[in-house]
Amino acid sequence: MRIVVAMSGGVDSSVAAALLAEQGHDVIGLSMQLYDQSEGQTPFGSCCSLDDLHDARRVAAAINIPHYILNFERRFNEEVVSNFVQEYTAGRTPLPCAHCNSDLKFATLLDRAQGLGADAVATGHYARVEDDPANGRRLLLRGVDTAKDQSYFLFSLTQGQLARAVFPVGDRPKAMVREYARRLRLPVADKPDSQEICFIPNHDYASFVEARAPDAPHDGVIVDEQGHVLGRHGGIHRFTVGQRKGLGLPSSAPLYVLSLSPADQQMVVGPKASLERTHLTASSVNWMAGEPDRPLRLAAQIRHRHAAAPAMVRSLGDARADVIFDTPQVAITPGQAVVFYTDDVVIGGGWIDSGA
Amino acid sequence: MRVYCDYNATTPLAAEVTEAVVRATRDLFGNASSVHHFGQQAKTAIDEARSAVAALLNGDPSEVVFTSGGTESDNFAVRGAAAAMETSGRRHLVATTIEHEAILNTLKALARHGSRTTLLDVDQSGVASPDRLAESLTDDTAIVSVMHANNEIGTIQPVAAFAAVAHTRGALLHTDAVQSAGKIPVDVRALGVDLLSLSAHKFNGPKGAGALWIKRGTRLQPILTGGRHERNRRAGTENVPAIVGLGVAARLATAKMAAEGARVAALRDRLEEGILASVSGTAVNGARHCRVPNTTNISFDRVEAESLLIALDLEGIAVSTGSACSSGTLEPSHVLRAMGLPTHRSQNSLRFSLGLFSTDDEVTRIIDTVPRLVDKLRDLTRKPQAVGSK
Repeated sequence: MRIVVAMSGGVDSSVAAALLAEQGHDVIGLSMQLYDQSEGQTPFGSCCSLDDLHDARRVAAAINIPHYILNFERRFNEEVVSNFVQEYTAGRTPLPCAHCNSDLKFATLLDRAQGLGADAVATGHYARVEDDPANGRRLLLRGVDTAKDQSYFLFSLTQGQLARAVFPVGDRPKAMVREYARRLRLPVADKPDSQEICFIPNHDYASFVEARAPDAPHDGVIVDEQGHVLGRHGGIHRFTVGQRKGLGLPSSAPLYVLSLSPADQQMVVGPKASLERTHLTASSVNWMAGEPDRPLRLAAQIRHRHAAAPAMVRSLGDARADVIFDTPQVAITPGQAVVFYTDDVVIGGGWIDSGA
Repeated sequence: MRVYCDYNATTPLAAEVTEAVVRATRDLFGNASSVHHFGQQAKTAIDEARSAVAALLNGDPSEVVFTSGGTESDNFAVRGAAAAMETSGRRHLVATTIEHEAILNTLKALARHGSRTTLLDVDQSGVASPDRLAESLTDDTAIVSVMHANNEIGTIQPVAAFAAVAHTRGALLHTDAVQSAGKIPVDVRALGVDLLSLSAHKFNGPKGAGALWIKRGTRLQPILTGGRHERNRRAGTENVPAIVGLGVAARLATAKMAAEGARVAALRDRLEEGILASVSGTAVNGARHCRVPNTTNISFDRVEAESLLIALDLEGIAVSTGSACSSGTLEPSHVLRAMGLPTHRSQNSLRFSLGLFSTDDEVTRIIDTVPRLVDKLRDLTRKPQAVGSK
């Protein structure tokens, strides 16, 4: 089978390519150039910098597969970066990796792969796919290495996309992936894992957003839960729900961001206990395992590093869902995803609108 | 068997060149500046190469300065002239919009240091107008740089007319002849230029060797300072094997130019007509009547050139989308955009460039392969929901 591997230059996608080549597949490595390398502007980052493209090329040479770099600057900007900026200015906390997966890697890149006669796109994600014999659907499962699991970032893949997705490292622990890379002497075997958001390597999201949305308001009031004004802030895009540091407020007890309102640029803060919510609603829900016709008891995960918590999940129709947790959860953050699981199987997921 | 059809990017070495380079690498290790026998041997070899390059251009050997290649020659010409003429108050630099990056980015760099720059537009066929140059010239214009043949589309500029216009105001005329030297007759006297760049690896010579032809009497500031190599014009111990290779390549090109030009032109025309006839929605970019004989640039409606390039490579056929950037990805071509082509068409275009080892069989194979791959890619764009839905 001809398979395109999306090669980022990291160890996981490198091993993914090597495994498929070893299994005898006709493997083509493609890397996405996501920003302009030539203008000498601040490079976007650790995931997709020129060095990483170079690493991908070296790995492809080492395992003897053809490798090409595709210029996805415009698409990345349209599909991922602009959404990221919009979400922050709307007082939400975006999850660009999920958009990159469903709107770029398993969309534009998959189209290109098919143009090259490939049947599937493989990535280095820690996730698995399986067929559900009961209803014939493709299921997404957590990676075997639960500490590295990335199914959370893949919840929005459609059945069509899942049918053409291959995750070669999803069925093994990270330690084995590294060991395999070392055994093959891949030049990236000991490269550190990428962290945070690839296109903002210095983690200065606020400056990044401000550079791309110069008209975003950069002034607003900070109030407590009773509406008393406590101070001012430099724009809601600089904050995220649950944030404690950088509020600039003198207070004896620690205060946290509770909510952000784009309409009046108001930021509500309060004690940690006030961050706890038991209820959320989500939209653009993708019912991966099929839309349920009754409320289900599932485990719901509200951010990448969150232990999925027991909840009653109900479809409201129109790709919306209502989630009620058994116990209060800290910092349910609009803009992040909520993903529903039964054991390791992704039942569905959507974008968090609000918590209550 | 792989087909190489990207001669404008670089060329394989002619057998005679390989042999000469190997021999020089082994036997001529002396430093050409040394007084002793070993140095003299190297010096003699360099002088032979200088004569060969001069003969290729109808210049005098004393006017040829060896460089590391086209980029250095372009930098030397523009920076050297700008620096030399600055003292007389000439701070205006002119080029066309379709020059190679070696010129465009050098102009940008000089503009940051106080030079004024003007870029001349080209028409839809990729040709710039000497009349427009006349309008742009001022009494403080130092140098005008007009590429002889374009690397992406192969179009030839009326360099002689540009030179005549530039000289009316006392400006120097430089031409980047990297894509024409060795392919078509390049006569520095007939062109009337003051400076001309060429590069060995574009005509079956080795990489890392080139030359700047500097008309006798032209004042130019060196850009590399150091020892007294190349008559004080280009410091640095000469790369003897590469220069020897350049000389052999120049000699071969001079001898074979008429026959080889006709042979390659016939192949190019058959390739071009074959593709236009068998693939709908295709068009040739640039003036067809006024091109170097080895180049054709074709746009394929509704096909991402990047994908077609990769699909062809997977079939063993090497072509190009024009100029490659740092990571080797497709950049929207600044040449096609300068010609006024819409963005989508500049992203739909492939360059086929042939040369010394191109054969009739290879052209046949390309003509047989391209329509099949184009059909496949177009099938996908006809079905935008190929991925499927929930």
